[in-house]
Amino acid sequence: MKAPAGRSWISYAFPRGTVGTWQTVAAVAAAILIAAARGAAQPPALPPGLAEPKPPPDEPALPPGLEDEAEKTEAEPEPEGEGLLDRLHGFWEVRAGVRTEHDRRQPRDFILGETRLQLDFERVWDRVSMGLTGDILFDAVLEEVDFDLRKQGISWTPVDSVDISAGRQVFTWGTGDLLFINDLFPKDWQSFLSGRDEEYLKAPSTAVKTSWFNPWFNVDVVYTPQFEHDRFITGERISYWDPLRGRRAGRDDEVDYNAPSDWFDDDEIAVRVSQNISGHEVAAYGYSGYWKSPAGQRLIPLQASFPRLAVYGASYRAALGKGIFNVEAGYYDSRDDSGGDDPFVRNSEFRFLVGYERELANEFTGSVQYYLEHMMDYDAYRNTLPFFVEPQREDRHVVTLRLTKLLLNQDLTLSGFIFYSPSDNDAYIRPNVKYKITDNWEVSGGANVFAGEDDHTFFGQFEKNTNVYAAVRYAF
Amino acid sequence: MKTNLIIAFATLIAVSAPVLAQDAPTIDEIVERTNRVAYYQGDDGVARVAMTITDDQGRTREREFTILRANTDDKNEEQKFYVYFHRPADVRETVFMVWKHVGSDDDRWLYLPALDVVKRIAASDERTSFVGSHFYYEDVSGRGIDEDVHELVETTDTYYVVKNTPKDRGAVEFDSFTMWIHKDTYIPVKIEYESGGEVYRVAETLGVEDVEGFKTVTKSRMRDLKSGGETTISYSDVDYNVGLPEDIFTERYLRRAPRTYIK
Repeated sequence: MKAPAGRSWISYAFPRGTVGTWQTVAAVAAAILIAAARGAAQPPALPPGLAEPKPPPDEPALPPGLEDEAEKTEAEPEPEGEGLLDRLHGFWEVRAGVRTEHDRRQPRDFILGETRLQLDFERVWDRVSMGLTGDILFDAVLEEVDFDLRKQGISWTPVDSVDISAGRQVFTWGTGDLLFINDLFPKDWQSFLSGRDEEYLKAPSTAVKTSWFNPWFNVDVVYTPQFEHDRFITGERISYWDPLRGRRAGRDDEVDYNAPSDWFDDDEIAVRVSQNISGHEVAAYGYSGYWKSPAGQRLIPLQASFPRLAVYGASYRAALGKGIFNVEAGYYDSRDDSGGDDPFVRNSEFRFLVGYERELANEFTGSVQYYLEHMMDYDAYRNTLPFFVEPQREDRHVVTLRLTKLLLNQDLTLSGFIFYSPSDNDAYIRPNVKYKITDNWEVSGGANVFAGEDDHTFFGQFEKNTNVYAAVRYAF
Repeated sequence: MKTNLIIAFATLIAVSAPVLAQDAPTIDEIVERTNRVAYYQGDDGVARVAMTITDDQGRTREREFTILRANTDDKNEEQKFYVYFHRPADVRETVFMVWKHVGSDDDRWLYLPALDVVKRIAASDERTSFVGSHFYYEDVSGRGIDEDVHELVETTDTYYVVKNTPKDRGAVEFDSFTMWIHKDTYIPVKIEYESGGEVYRVAETLGVEDVEGFKTVTKSRMRDLKSGGETTISYSDVDYNVGLPEDIFTERYLRRAPRTYIK
């Protein structure tokens, strides 16, 4: 084994042609001596079959770092240089959805047909961070290119106990699962009902959020200087029940609306005071602004309106048994119709929800919720309701069920969400399948199924919009 | 005179007991120290974790996250964890927070940045895959030492070999697991899970480094011998006793990641 090494050493030290014979002989002799000496210092290993196993077969060898004479192999620190591209994230997706039956109120059977590129960029300093998230959307159903700025603004921690974030951003609070009482931030019902990813249920607002943290409670105040209404159902993509026409309305009779829009006059303020006491999450909420989706009707000109609204509520969430229990309530004070006798403004309401979630089996979770909308001043509502309008019930009860199962090392997610209203006798079912092909590629598919006995109920009105959809997304 | 003699004898025992313990620790001491070394070193700790999950067909998935941990009592029981995901892209900026309890279910939260929502999640079976890897929640956050009966089956030159049998066999999928615990450092170098007389799951320590005086596992692997898949974890940028404020583990920092500790 050692001989070749010796030879190469010789030929290196005495290049051919420059040495005499006696020198060669001496060198070879020296090399033999060196090799012999090395051989004597290192006894040869035993041949296979005679080898003594070391360590014993059922005992693990020590890992690097625990060996007696551990040679420390210091890992080279990775170069820190982060370029612009390293900080740029987002996704690209293609999504298509189609109605399961033709809707004569809509020009197309496709409810979705779009490709979307989201870019996300963030810079972080010590007490300040800046973020920008924007979507570019090529929409084949509405035949338009849309730009949706999801986030643009700065976050700042002026003193240790205060966080301020200003600009365009998404807010969420409250305890319901796809049911909202004290969360009066804008929702995108069009995206939700037509098969976009669930993250698009929340629409961004341009607002300032100030949070103050102290040992007793936390205070969050969100001030929106210009009213941000929901992206509600207008008939553009999804047909709805028009109570004045007494029929379904679609693309040809889109909702004409007039939303309050004067900066600093038509503003909104939402407040939350919260505390987490050893896992018991308690919060009180207040809101002053407007109904987030049209809740009023102007007759001249005939326009949907957003009457004034104030909401007061509270929530509680904690572990209970093997699961999570939550309860939330809110009083919706419809300030433009305090007596409930204006037939063109939605009445005040009391809203309540209670929910429970737990693991049912390995990687299989289930949750149930009960939700109530109770109309205040129901007699006044009935007495003043125009004779041709289908009356609502005093109480709207909704129960929901969510089931989620993870499979294939959590790469495959099967989920289902069901809303069912026993009082309206209607339902909305959202099955979904997601599969992560790689860390970057994901395919998904699902459906939005609406069913109802009557055409005028909350979910029943969307019956003709029942759709199935599929999407491919590449995240980076 | 007689009393004095008893006191002297008692003192002798008291003084010599720790010395004896150092020579041959009891099984309880071995298990307790191993648990401390594996999950509770320092008052708190920060590490960047890279996970490679390989399935039976050789396909790989990567996970990368920063984990912040604080011990919240002196008994090496209660802890809080904050796990901030860097990769893969679809879970970037997602935060998973756990208030670990011993003897009752953990409190868990998940923050989803796109919806700005703080979800409370139901405690799952501790022997459920952690983020799709071959490691279970329990492997990452620790298994209560009171949940098993421990038996020192062998002491070799290098290892304490400890066999652990669950007190509640119905709650777990194994009959027992055997740990090879390094005698000098109390690092579990190998853990074999056995069911029906067959080893089906093996955890191995592949690398150890000295970090601020704490012997720290910097690379480990979990192999599923039944499916053929495995997950390796490497820890970098490990830091102990960084003085994490306890309010890091609150909703405030779910919504706004503490950039001082998460690069």
